[in-house]
Amino acid sequence: MDLRDGPEEAAFRATLRTWLEANVPSGLRGFRGWSGPALELGRDWSKRLARAGYAGLTWPKEYGGAGQPWRYQAVYLEELARAEAPQHLGVIGLGMAGPTIIAHGRPDQKTRYLAKILSAEDIWCQGFSEPGSGSDLASVRTRVELIGDRFVVNGQKVWSSYAHVADRCILLGRSATASEKHEGLTYLIVDMKSPGVEVRPLRQITGEAEFNEIFFTDVAVPKENLLGEIGGGWRVAMTTLSHERGTFGFALAGALDVAVRKLVALARERAATDALVRDRVAREWIDLQALRYTNYRALARLERTGVPGPEGSVAKLRWSEANQRLTKLAIEIIGREAQVADGDGAPAYWRHQQLRSRGNTIEAGTSEILRNIIAERVLGLPRSR
Amino acid sequence: MDFSFSPEQDQLRAQARSFLEKRYPLARLAEIATSEDGWDRASWPELARLGWTGASIPEAQGGAGLSFVEEAIVFEELGRALYSGPYFSTIALGLPALARAPDLLAKVASGAFTATLASGTAVQAREAGDRWRLRGETDLVADAGSVDAFVVQARGPDGIGLYLAERHGTRPQICVLDTVDASRRLGRVTFADDDARLLAAPAAAAEIIAATRRRALAAIALEAVGVASRALALGVEHAKSREQFGRPIGAYQAVSHKLADTYVETELARSLAYWAAWCIAEDDGQAELAAVAAKAYAAEAAVAACERAIQVHGGMGFTWDHPLHRYYKRALWIESFDRSGAAHRAEIAQTLLGD
Repeated sequence: MDLRDGPEEAAFRATLRTWLEANVPSGLRGFRGWSGPALELGRDWSKRLARAGYAGLTWPKEYGGAGQPWRYQAVYLEELARAEAPQHLGVIGLGMAGPTIIAHGRPDQKTRYLAKILSAEDIWCQGFSEPGSGSDLASVRTRVELIGDRFVVNGQKVWSSYAHVADRCILLGRSATASEKHEGLTYLIVDMKSPGVEVRPLRQITGEAEFNEIFFTDVAVPKENLLGEIGGGWRVAMTTLSHERGTFGFALAGALDVAVRKLVALARERAATDALVRDRVAREWIDLQALRYTNYRALARLERTGVPGPEGSVAKLRWSEANQRLTKLAIEIIGREAQVADGDGAPAYWRHQQLRSRGNTIEAGTSEILRNIIAERVLGLPRSR
Repeated sequence: MDFSFSPEQDQLRAQARSFLEKRYPLARLAEIATSEDGWDRASWPELARLGWTGASIPEAQGGAGLSFVEEAIVFEELGRALYSGPYFSTIALGLPALARAPDLLAKVASGAFTATLASGTAVQAREAGDRWRLRGETDLVADAGSVDAFVVQARGPDGIGLYLAERHGTRPQICVLDTVDASRRLGRVTFADDDARLLAAPAAAAEIIAATRRRALAAIALEAVGVASRALALGVEHAKSREQFGRPIGAYQAVSHKLADTYVETELARSLAYWAAWCIAEDDGQAELAAVAAKAYAAEAAVAACERAIQVHGGMGFTWDHPLHRYYKRALWIESFDRSGAAHRAEIAQTLLGD
């Protein structure tokens, strides 16, 4: 057990920190989300990250990655959060589609897709959730039919981040309507420029549009874009989802670290003598440390076994709740002034953060689903359904 | 960056778990708690034989020369087993002051000597040749009735120093109190010109007192983690086997999500407690903050874990016969230790926000 950076990690961290200071474009500093002007800078920023070697840190070298242990990805995410810089725009490609192709793809698919994920030439999005299939993913109804040498896709996907800028989509659809839920699923790679693909941005509670609906109308997908087997999509999708929470916790704890620092500054300025505020700020600080060290434990397990442990669900669950509590506390400290929604000052910043935080307990696995996962897979309790 | 235990440390945990599970099945907890001594005296030589009493004591004094991280593992496992002997007292509260006297360390390592901390501002020390005499009263002293000696914080002519008062017959006078947690008895210790030996004069004592507090807070956080994880295990076991409306009650989310929350809080408490343990072992600058945070969080988590487990057990969890209340009462004692959670958070707020 050693909680300090080893010499190589420390060097990596120092180099990255300096690089970030010099390279984060001013329009992306204090990053809040991929919308508006930030989006236009996103691709260039991502290419810059890739050229500097910060894309695919943990990908195997044979696929163009850096082949580094997971701890480097952890340091990368911590430092990005610390600099309040955005991640690579292609996080779905780097974190989910890429590893899924590495695990299930044919050699020609690996050659065709992986390099462009790393270089940010191709941005990916995820077509999993549907209006009628949220937490119950296996109930997706988007139809995938093999007709001759191609699949034809019809249906609707929703809550798809990056779809409005994406080049490709990993799509889970149903190829056999009559068979059992999980067995009838098929996993495809869809070119977002195909005729019949329509993306409609969804405006969210903050007024911004970070995610989208995707409509597929008779979209033709070449047969070679199949990932895995026809009817074997569920297994492939599980690989994708298992990567969703790998080192994700570090990005979350990093963001929370920034939020706690801002909260402390706000409390110092406006409520330093309020005993109740002091108690609640201290609670948030303790929770942040708890999350951070839980991530380090998860990382140790990931490096030892290669498989993300249940700590990923723990981190996501607690981070989302902490972020909601913390942003509300900030709003409370600010008081009536927090009704002001525009401008660059603290009121508008915290109001935006507070509204955005409501999505935290829903996106990437609702808190209810995460509690089910913990109850069933960790504690071994009987299934609730 | 490596937050994992070594194979040797994992082995120590496995050894502790198996020894304690065999020796202290749940059915034995009531028998020990209601016994005259309140603890299984015969266990102490066993703990010494297993190397636990000397874990962090230098090899020159007969110890294993390991660190607080190894002791941390033992604290957690002892909490899980609701052990009632003076390990916490001797190793967490006593050891930093006892380290001033190598002869005492050797006796602790061999299992021949136990001690606890009697602190309070009311005890006075006066010089008597090359020895000292103590006068005054200290309250709620952990394991007062079980130990061989007291490390006493007493006020001498130059300030607060640390003294060692050994038990001889009926001196000092000890009154074991009727407190909530019968598995960790607390007592009032009254010194009436009792003989003592100086361990640390005021100049050196301040840092030892601070170090003792850090160790004690981290150790008790670890014990809380052990208590919480056992309460969780009991709750899960019950939720799997108890059936109502034709299904195990653990299939209902009203029950399973409570237990999931307990799991989450126990894991977070564990992360904080291990962080604190590492900081103490490495004498890291953040040790005090980490120990305070770990205790505040873990104590609350342990109390909540027990309360949820009682709820999941229904009427049975509320009975005297079920062992859960014994875990709950330990958690309540842990929560009261040193200062309240609110007071600990106030310390953290002071670091973050100033006065």
